[in-house]
Amino acid sequence: MTALRGRAWTFGRDIDTDLILPARYLNMKTAEELAEHVMEDADPTFAGKVKPGDIVVAKENFGSGSSREHAPIALKGAGVSLVIAKSFARIFYRNAFNTGLPILVAPEAAEGIKQGDQLTVDLASGEIDDLTSGVKYQAQPLPPFMRELVEAGGLLPYLKKRAAAN
Amino acid sequence: MAMTMTEKILARAAGKESVEPGELIMAKLDFCFGNDVTAGVAIDEFEKAGFEHVFDSKKIGLIADHFTPNKDIKTAGLVKQMREFSKKHGLEHWYEVGRVGVEHAFLPEQGVVGPGDVVLGADSHTCTYGALGAFATGVGSTDLAGAMATGEAWFRVPETHRYDFEGTLGRYVTGKDIILFTIGNIGVDGALYKAMEFTGSTIRSLSMDSRFTICNMAIEAGGKSGIIAPDDITKAYVEGRFLRTPRYYHTDLDYVYEKIYRWKAEEVPLMVAKPHLPSNTQPADELSSIKIDQVVIGSCTNGRMEDLRQAAEILRGRKVHKDVRCIVIPATQAIWKQAMDEGLFDVFLAAEAAVSAPTCGPCLGGHMGVLAKGERAVSTTNRNFVGRMGDPGSEVYLAGPYVAAASAVAGCIATPDQIGGRRQP
Repeated sequence: MTALRGRAWTFGRDIDTDLILPARYLNMKTAEELAEHVMEDADPTFAGKVKPGDIVVAKENFGSGSSREHAPIALKGAGVSLVIAKSFARIFYRNAFNTGLPILVAPEAAEGIKQGDQLTVDLASGEIDDLTSGVKYQAQPLPPFMRELVEAGGLLPYLKKRAAAN
Repeated sequence: MAMTMTEKILARAAGKESVEPGELIMAKLDFCFGNDVTAGVAIDEFEKAGFEHVFDSKKIGLIADHFTPNKDIKTAGLVKQMREFSKKHGLEHWYEVGRVGVEHAFLPEQGVVGPGDVVLGADSHTCTYGALGAFATGVGSTDLAGAMATGEAWFRVPETHRYDFEGTLGRYVTGKDIILFTIGNIGVDGALYKAMEFTGSTIRSLSMDSRFTICNMAIEAGGKSGIIAPDDITKAYVEGRFLRTPRYYHTDLDYVYEKIYRWKAEEVPLMVAKPHLPSNTQPADELSSIKIDQVVIGSCTNGRMEDLRQAAEILRGRKVHKDVRCIVIPATQAIWKQAMDEGLFDVFLAAEAAVSAPTCGPCLGGHMGVLAKGERAVSTTNRNFVGRMGDPGSEVYLAGPYVAAASAVAGCIATPDQIGGRRQP
């Protein structure tokens, strides 16, 4: 896996899915439409400023609340390459893997990384390099099953492969 | 090996003798469903992945409830896609407006989900059915797509946290106050990834409607599921209603929980969760300086008969404050009819409240009561996040039906006692 490189956008704790993609836009479902409103109620300027490859860094319980997959779809659609957080709400955690949005649980990184820092991240090893501060962090390794899902190309290819094997 | 009822249900669904927390399983689903917000993406993913058949047309529901009756053209398109998919695959549980309601009130009411089930819903409040002694959890659209195709889903068996309430609740204190009290104590991620098991004499004394309210908001503490042991009250509710054979599971008496919280019922006051988190709680009687513009009584949390009766108990013989609009939304058609038959609509209309058709509507800022910037609502719904009911500059205070109705009359947050209590009919 190649390393990701991008600028950090930092957020606090309990960034719920209504902040990531407000419910008033749930009558839409394409990545293009949703990306225009990503993080709108947390930072209305975010969608206009985020660049492809940028990395969202947040504290505890990222993605809490609704089950809307529109939240990871919007982040991915806006070019966000990775979300690093201290912890993730469970439905968002599943949805991120299912939609192919990489996420890493990395409490020290989530605490240490500052807004605008340039980061390089090796997804496979979980190594996070903050080029601005010069500090290196290690994310928690992916659980083996989640790695299996990622390697299969997501949930649906995994289920198809499994059904074929049975 | 001792197991919780959640573990027993999951072991059965995984075809195993036993399971333990942390274990990954593939579980057979008894039912799965999505709504007008989540089904569209699920159908797209199902088709994109090249699946041609659903696993069982009787075990899948597509419930259009969030923005229905269709609030705009885009929603009409989403609902049309659900309708076409349902017809193409012969889905038994597809319902048009006029025959449906808010999914988490409708599915138990119609006996589609029941005790011992494993239910996967593409909606976070799917945890509601734990009130029946089921394992029910919310997921996103792709998980639903996989479930519709294979009838299975992967789960990490959750650790169980026990929340024990003993004793008799104070006057006007309900299931909503119990769950807000719990979330206020443990925080919005206090039960992250956990099964929340509610026990004790207080819980056992509660009606099914109150139990649904409690389990409904397990997700607001980060919980994977909420669950209450089935008893005679559960059995009375399920009998003659559940379309399949119920399976009653109980936690082994010698089970060692990861965590136990014990509270006395009298510690639970009439609760309000202030903006912008369900854990930001404060006793309602301390908030009377907060002026409000709107009251919503309804939703998958508090739109059932008991809730409407409680609201009517307070609104009877009174008028909604002149500067407040009060919107009452019975959660299903059956509830709507019963509320009408019991004369509750006479009470609401005399109080100058509006009664809407069943919908999630304002709970997530869809329609039927969206807030403008600077406006404030007291709502019996489940989330008070920024912008949840409309403009990001609006505010939602969560409460039970008694406090919501009293607040509608007072024009500010109020308890029934603060406005003189219930009036004799």
